Amino acid sequence: MLGIFKIALKLLTNDKGKFSALLMGITFAVFLMVMMMAMFSGILSRASSSIDNVGAQVWILDPAVNNVSSSIPMPDYVLDFAKSIKGVKHAEPIYFGGALVKLRDGTYQGVTVVGLDDVTLYGRPNLIDGRIEDIFAENGFIAVKDAEFDKLENPTIGSEFEINDHRGKIVGIAKVSQSGLFGVPTLYTTYNRAITYIPSSRFTMSFVLVEPKSPQDIPYIQDQIKHLGYQALTRDQFIDKISSFYKYHTGLGINVLIMTIISFIVGLSISGQTFYTFILENLEKFGALKAIGAKGRELVAMILIQTTFTCLIGYGLGVGLATSMMILAKLRMPDYAAQVTYTNLSLAFVLVVIIAAFSSYVGVRKVLQIQPFDIFRG
Amino acid sequence: MNKIALRANSLSKWFGDGEARTFAVKSVSFEAMAGEMLYIVGPSGSGKTTLLSMISGILEPNAGEVLVQGSDLWKMSSNDLADFRLHKIGFVFQDFHLFPRLTTVENVAIPLILQRMDWNGAMKEAKKYLEIVGLANKSELPPVKLSGGEQQRVAIARAIVSQPDLLVLDEPTASLDGDTGRKIVEFIKKNVLNENRCIIIVTHDNRIFEYADAIMKMEDGKLLGIERVKYEK
Repeated sequence: MLGIFKIALKLLTNDKGKFSALLMGITFAVFLMVMMMAMFSGILSRASSSIDNVGAQVWILDPAVNNVSSSIPMPDYVLDFAKSIKGVKHAEPIYFGGALVKLRDGTYQGVTVVGLDDVTLYGRPNLIDGRIEDIFAENGFIAVKDAEFDKLENPTIGSEFEINDHRGKIVGIAKVSQSGLFGVPTLYTTYNRAITYIPSSRFTMSFVLVEPKSPQDIPYIQDQIKHLGYQALTRDQFIDKISSFYKYHTGLGINVLIMTIISFIVGLSISGQTFYTFILENLEKFGALKAIGAKGRELVAMILIQTTFTCLIGYGLGVGLATSMMILAKLRMPDYAAQVTYTNLSLAFVLVVIIAAFSSYVGVRKVLQIQPFDIFRG
Repeated sequence: MNKIALRANSLSKWFGDGEARTFAVKSVSFEAMAGEMLYIVGPSGSGKTTLLSMISGILEPNAGEVLVQGSDLWKMSSNDLADFRLHKIGFVFQDFHLFPRLTTVENVAIPLILQRMDWNGAMKEAKKYLEIVGLANKSELPPVKLSGGEQQRVAIARAIVSQPDLLVLDEPTASLDGDTGRKIVEFIKKNVLNENRCIIIVTHDNRIFEYADAIMKMEDGKLLGIERVKYEK
């Protein structure tokens, strides 16, 4: 069979015009599909970055909250109640809010302020410079060194700034696993300082972070919190909730889906059409092969190897092109939210397999229909 | 006395049913001998090509049988028949049907590749047959770079590379000028025909009749008769 495969590949690759057209079509389709899905995946990942960065196992929130940045403040009794639930090791409040930092040139920069519980500092970031206990110092803030860091004019320990008309001082530099979605820098401080510096409503707690005694306690904790009219979500459940919000309630998901489908149709059309033309041009030759003694399954194998080969090369080129574009884009724009995941690659691969199957079907159907007698009859 | 290479018994092929039934070939019986070059001649629509297709195992007759070396072609399964064609029957088509994207030697090697011979072995064997047809120096060229006569010789090399007992040629001179056509048929007679091989040619080119050992005349699907002649050249 190897010889037959070699013949099939030579027939395909020696027809440089059609082979290039096929490759370009599939590469372009894969490129578009991967780019679309990678951008969407990047956005979803960035939208959930705070959950990863804080690292709590269970989050208590108002059921109407769809993402971390638009929290609905909760009253203090939620925290007290959470602490009283059997199975809770400890529960701490956390604050997320927006503030304005006045830069040296007099312009203002929006920032996200994360207020950590004053006693435990639960959800603290990893410091790359400074000491965590300095956060208790007067006006102490920790700046996160991420893609947005330079928007604060690259502060160092000791840098002073003005935040909502209060004095602030950088006492540490932290790193986090991911930047946020909205392109604003992040400052950590204590809970009480955060609610002092940032105008707040009657309730101030954005979320309650819960550490259960064991994972088996989580369903019970969730049930108890539900009775209170609030929601307790595990880290993954909260990420899923945010993802669902962006997918189904912002128009973002449907737009990406439409673009992915269009890319798929483009690939399917180019590949199907070009392959059909290729088969039509060689149809009499396939008929001659049948007359000589080639069996139907051998001709089918030839076509399958041709489409599989083309689609795999096109898939590789498309993925390579998409990742190169993302690397280049990230060199110029650190904020660029796109990431290639195994899910993206698998989905693009499945779509490419469908393109290959469709193209093969078009060719196989035609080749199996041709009768050797037609070759004699001319 | 040569042995019988092919026997056709009461072969019929019709299209349509009832009053619309039209006979392409009607109850044709004949024998072709090994070592013989037999022509099937007749006007267009006389059933020559249909008969050739039936005796070479690519068009099933409605009635009758075809025995090649004692095997009834149309009692075989389709896979067995394909295998039989691959090993025992060589085909030369009117338009050659060479793959333009393969080299000449690769085109010739196709039957061997289909027989699962390894690639290098098939190429080596194919080159031998290109030498026989005088095209060894053009083995790496694509067929489109060859003249019509040369392409015909490549098609012949492809047809004989698996050393078939029966070689069928459909209008081998139709795409060639008179002189080239005669040379090709003369070449076949001298270099391709042997005592174990029967060659059947469908043609209406009377310029090559002189090379025939037997001429079978057809008209309206019926066999008018076989004239066996002695080739002397």
